[in-house]
Amino acid sequence: MIAWTIYLTFAGAVVLLVFPDVVARWIALVTAIAGLVLGIVAFVRTPVADLAHFMTIVSVPWVPPLGMNYHLAVDGVSLTMLLVTGISAVSTVLFSWDVDHRQREFFFWLLLVVGGCYGVFLSADLFLLFAFYELVIVPKYFLIAIFGSTNKEYGAMKLTLYSFFGGMFVFAGILVAYATAGSLDLNQLVQFHFSPQLQSWAFPVLFLGFAVLAGIWPLHTWAPTSHVAAPTAGSMLLAGIVMKLGAYAGLRVAMNLFPEGFHVWSKWIAILAVIGIVYAAAVALRQHDLKFVIGYSSVSHMGFVLLGVATANALGVSGAVLQMFSHGVIAALLFAVAGRMLYRRTHTRELDALSEMNLSHALPFAAFAFIIASAASMGIPGFSGFAAEITILIGVWKTYPVAVWITGAGMVLVAAFTLRALMKSFFGEVRMQTGRVSTDADWNEQSITLAEKCGACLLMFATLAVGLYPKFLLDRIMPAVEAMRFLK
Amino acid sequence: MSYLELLRLASPEAVVVIGALVVLTIGLVSSRATVVAGVSPAKPPTGAAAGSRLRRTATSWCSLVAVLGVVIAIAAVLVLPRNANLFGGMLVITPLTSLFKIICLALAFFTVCLVRSEKSLRHPGEYLAIILLATVGLMLLVGSEELLMIFIGLELLGLSLYVMAAFDRTDMRSAEAGLKYFLFGSTSSAFTLFGISLIYGMSGSTGLAAISDKLAAAPVQPLLATGIIMTLIGFAFKIAAAPFHLWAPDAYQGAPIPSAAFIASGSKVASFVVLGKIVLVGFGPVHGNAGWHAMVAGWSPVLAVLAALSILIGNLVALAQTNVRRLLAYSAVAHAGYTLLGLVAGSRDGFSATLFYATIYAITLVGAFGVVAVVRSETGGDDLRNFSGLAGREPLLAGCMAVFMLSLAGIPPLAGFFGKFYLFSAALRAGGNYGLLWLVALALFGSFVSLYYYLVVLKAIFVDEPSLTTASSPDRSSSDLLQRITVAVLAAAILLLGLMPDTLAARILAAVS
Repeated sequence: MIAWTIYLTFAGAVVLLVFPDVVARWIALVTAIAGLVLGIVAFVRTPVADLAHFMTIVSVPWVPPLGMNYHLAVDGVSLTMLLVTGISAVSTVLFSWDVDHRQREFFFWLLLVVGGCYGVFLSADLFLLFAFYELVIVPKYFLIAIFGSTNKEYGAMKLTLYSFFGGMFVFAGILVAYATAGSLDLNQLVQFHFSPQLQSWAFPVLFLGFAVLAGIWPLHTWAPTSHVAAPTAGSMLLAGIVMKLGAYAGLRVAMNLFPEGFHVWSKWIAILAVIGIVYAAAVALRQHDLKFVIGYSSVSHMGFVLLGVATANALGVSGAVLQMFSHGVIAALLFAVAGRMLYRRTHTRELDALSEMNLSHALPFAAFAFIIASAASMGIPGFSGFAAEITILIGVWKTYPVAVWITGAGMVLVAAFTLRALMKSFFGEVRMQTGRVSTDADWNEQSITLAEKCGACLLMFATLAVGLYPKFLLDRIMPAVEAMRFLK
Repeated sequence: MSYLELLRLASPEAVVVIGALVVLTIGLVSSRATVVAGVSPAKPPTGAAAGSRLRRTATSWCSLVAVLGVVIAIAAVLVLPRNANLFGGMLVITPLTSLFKIICLALAFFTVCLVRSEKSLRHPGEYLAIILLATVGLMLLVGSEELLMIFIGLELLGLSLYVMAAFDRTDMRSAEAGLKYFLFGSTSSAFTLFGISLIYGMSGSTGLAAISDKLAAAPVQPLLATGIIMTLIGFAFKIAAAPFHLWAPDAYQGAPIPSAAFIASGSKVASFVVLGKIVLVGFGPVHGNAGWHAMVAGWSPVLAVLAALSILIGNLVALAQTNVRRLLAYSAVAHAGYTLLGLVAGSRDGFSATLFYATIYAITLVGAFGVVAVVRSETGGDDLRNFSGLAGREPLLAGCMAVFMLSLAGIPPLAGFFGKFYLFSAALRAGGNYGLLWLVALALFGSFVSLYYYLVVLKAIFVDEPSLTTASSPDRSSSDLLQRITVAVLAAAILLLGLMPDTLAARILAAVS
C-alpha cells in the first residue's frame, strides 16, 4: 500500500497537466495529502517488529537480462523519511498557494520532485534508486530557473551541475558494485562480500557522490546559493527532503554495501562534518540576507547528520535519521517564514531593512512561527532538534569524544546566528518614520492567509510532537539501524 | 539457388527500390505538369496557384507511395525466413539483420513524415526517391557479412546522402554541407577500400567468417594493422567519431532538415550494426585489449582511442555552440564516443548495448530535428534565440524537445538513461578487472558536461522570454499537423522505451546471440 505514495504522486503530476491552471493547486494539494495520509497510515499500522529489516513490498522483474527489478522495500528508516516527505510536500503546496503564473508547470515539477523522493526512499534496487535519484535533478532546475528570484538562473544551474556532478560519482560506484557482484538488488548486494581493497576506493567514490547532495563541506556551496535563488517552495523542498536524499542514500547504499571501506574512511567523514557544522554556522553569523542565514544553517544541520552517520554506532546513526526528519521540518518552516510570509509582504530579505519594520507587531503569526522554528533549530529541549542532536552527540561521544567538544562550540554559534536573525528580523528597533511600511492599512490587506497558517501549523506540530515524544520515531528507527551491516 | 529464391530473400530491398522508382515517376510527371501550368501566359496568377496546388497533391502522392513502400517492406521483412545465407555472406538473414532492417525502415518512415512539411524542397519526388535509395543502402549494409557487399552498401548510402545534403538549391549552406560531406566521405571511402584490399590480400577472402578463420591463425602484423585501421577510418567517418567528425557540424546545420535527420539516424544505426559485425565477427581474433593495465594491440584500443577523443572533443566543443543544429552535431560526436564503448568491450552484452543505444539515439535525433524543423519554419532560423519562449507558444513541442534533450543527457525515466547504464555497465564488466574503468569514467565525465548544454537549450525554451517576434503562421496546414504527430510519437517512444526498456533490449540481446 505504501508504494502508492509513488504512483499517486506521479499520477497527480500528470493529471494536473490536463486540467486548467486554476485547479492545479487543488490537485497538487489532494495528491500531497494523500501521500502524507498513506505515510501516516503505514506508519501506524505496520507492526514495529516488521520495520527492523528492509521488508519487500513490491518486486516485479523489470529488465530480466540485466537483473533489474522493480523492487520496493520499507523499513523504519525509510518510513521515517516517507513521513517527512509527506509533511514537507503538503506544507510546500500550501505555501505555494498563490503562485500566479504557469501554475500547472509549477505544481507538475513540484510533484515530480516529491514523487522522485518517495521513490528513492522506497527503492530496494540500485538501478531503480539511482533512476529516482537522478529524476529529481531536472525538475528542481525548472522550479528554480522559472519561478525563482535572486540570481535564479545561476543558482539553478549551479544546483543542477553539482547534483549531476555527484550523480556521476554515484553512477561510477553503482557500476563498480554491479560489475563486481553481478546484481543490483540491495538485499542481495548487502550479503555479497566485496574485497576490502575494492571497498577502500569504491566507498569514497559512492559516498562522496551522495554527500554532495547532503551538503558535505567543502562541496556545500550549491546549497546557500540555490536556496536563495529558489522560490519558497523550492527552498522548502530542497532543504526539507532533497538534501536528505543524499544522506539517506549514503546510509542505505554506500555504507551498507561497503562497510569495510566505510570504517576506513569514517573518521574523515566525521572531520568534514565537524568542519561543516562550525564553518557554516560561522558564515551564517555574518550574512545579511535572511535566506542566506537559513541556507547556511541547513548546511550546519546537515553536518550533524553526517557526523551521526560517521559514528558507526546505532545511537549516532539513529540520531542522524531523526535529525533528517527534524531538520526537514524545521528548515521548511524557516524558509516558509522567510521566503513566504516575510518576503511576499516586505519585498526584502535584508536583515537591516527588516529590523526597521516592526514586524512582530505587523505579523504576529509569522513572528510566532519563526520563534518556534528558531527554538527548534537552536536545539531547545521540547523540540525535535534537541532530541535528534542529543542522540547524535551521545553516539559521537562513544566514538569521537573530541568532536563533541568542537561541535558544542558549533552549537553555540548556531544559537548565536539564529538569535541574531530572529532579533533583527522581527524584534528590531522600531523607527516608524523611516520604515517603508508605516501605515497599518497595508498590513491588513496582506495578513497571513489561511493556507499559510495551515502549512505552518502542520510543521510546528511535527517538530513539537517529535520533540516531546521522540520515542515514537526512534522505536522504529533503532531496530532498522541495528540490522544494518556497517555498525561496529 | 534460383533467382526466384534470391528475389524472395531480397524482397524487402526490392519493394523499396520499386517504391523509389514509382515515386520518381510521379515526381517527374507532376513537375512537367507544373511547368506547363505555371508558364501558361493567359492567366499567370491562377496558373501559379494551380501549379502550386498540383505540386502539393503530387507531393502528397509521392509521400504516400514512399510510406506505403516502407510499410510493405517492413511486412516483407517480417515474413522472411529466420535464417538464410546467400553467396558466402553477401546476403544474410538472421534475427539481427531482420530486426535492424525494420528499425532502419521505421527511421526512414519517420524521415518521410518530416519531408512532407519541408517547404523549401523544390522536387519532393526526387528527394523522396533518394531517401528510399539510401534506405536500400542501409538494408544492404545491415544484411551483409561480406566486405565487398558492405562497401557497395556504403557507397549507395553515401552517394544518396551527399545528394540529400546538397538538395536545397536555394541555400548556400546546403551546398556547402553537401560538398563537405562529399569530400570527407569520398576520401574515407578510399581509405576503407584500401583497407579492405589489404585485408583481402592477407586473408584471401572477403567473407567475414573466412577472414576470421584466417586471422585466428596469424599474429598481428603491421600490414594487417594498417588494413584494420584503414577499414575502421571509413566507419569512424560514417558515425562521426573524432577526429573524423569535421563534416558533421556543417552537414547537420546546412543540409535540409530531413536529410540531416536521416544522416544522424539511419546512417548511424546501420553503420554501427555493420561496424560491430566487422570487428566482432571478421576481426574477432585480433580483438586486443584496451584495459589500462593490460593494453594489447588489436582493434579495440583503436576504437577506445576514437571513443575517448569523440567524448572529449564532442562535449567540450558543444559547450560553445549557439546554433541548435551545430550543438546537436557536436553532441552526436560525443554520442558516437559513448556508443563505441560497447564495441570496445567486445562482448555480446556490449554489442547489444551499442545497438540499443544507437537505436535510441537515432529515434531521439529524428524527433529533435522534427522540432527544429517546426521552429525553423515559424521563426526562420534555428539558433538558440529562435527557441526562446517556445514553451509559451507550443507547449507540446516544448515538452517533446525536453524529452529528447533530457534523454540525450541521460536523465531517467527516459530511454537514454537506461541506454547509458547498459553501455557503461557492459563496458565495465567486459574489461576484466575494471580495465575499461578509464573509458567509463571519461564517458561519465562527458555526460556530466553534456547536461549543461542540453540545459541551455531547455533554458531557452522554458525560461527565456521570447526574443523574436515570430513570423506567425496561423494556417496550420495538415502537413504541420503530421509533423507534430510524428514528433509526439517519437517522444512517446523515448518515454516508453525508458520505462520498459526490456521490449527492445531483450529483442536485441536475443538477436545478437
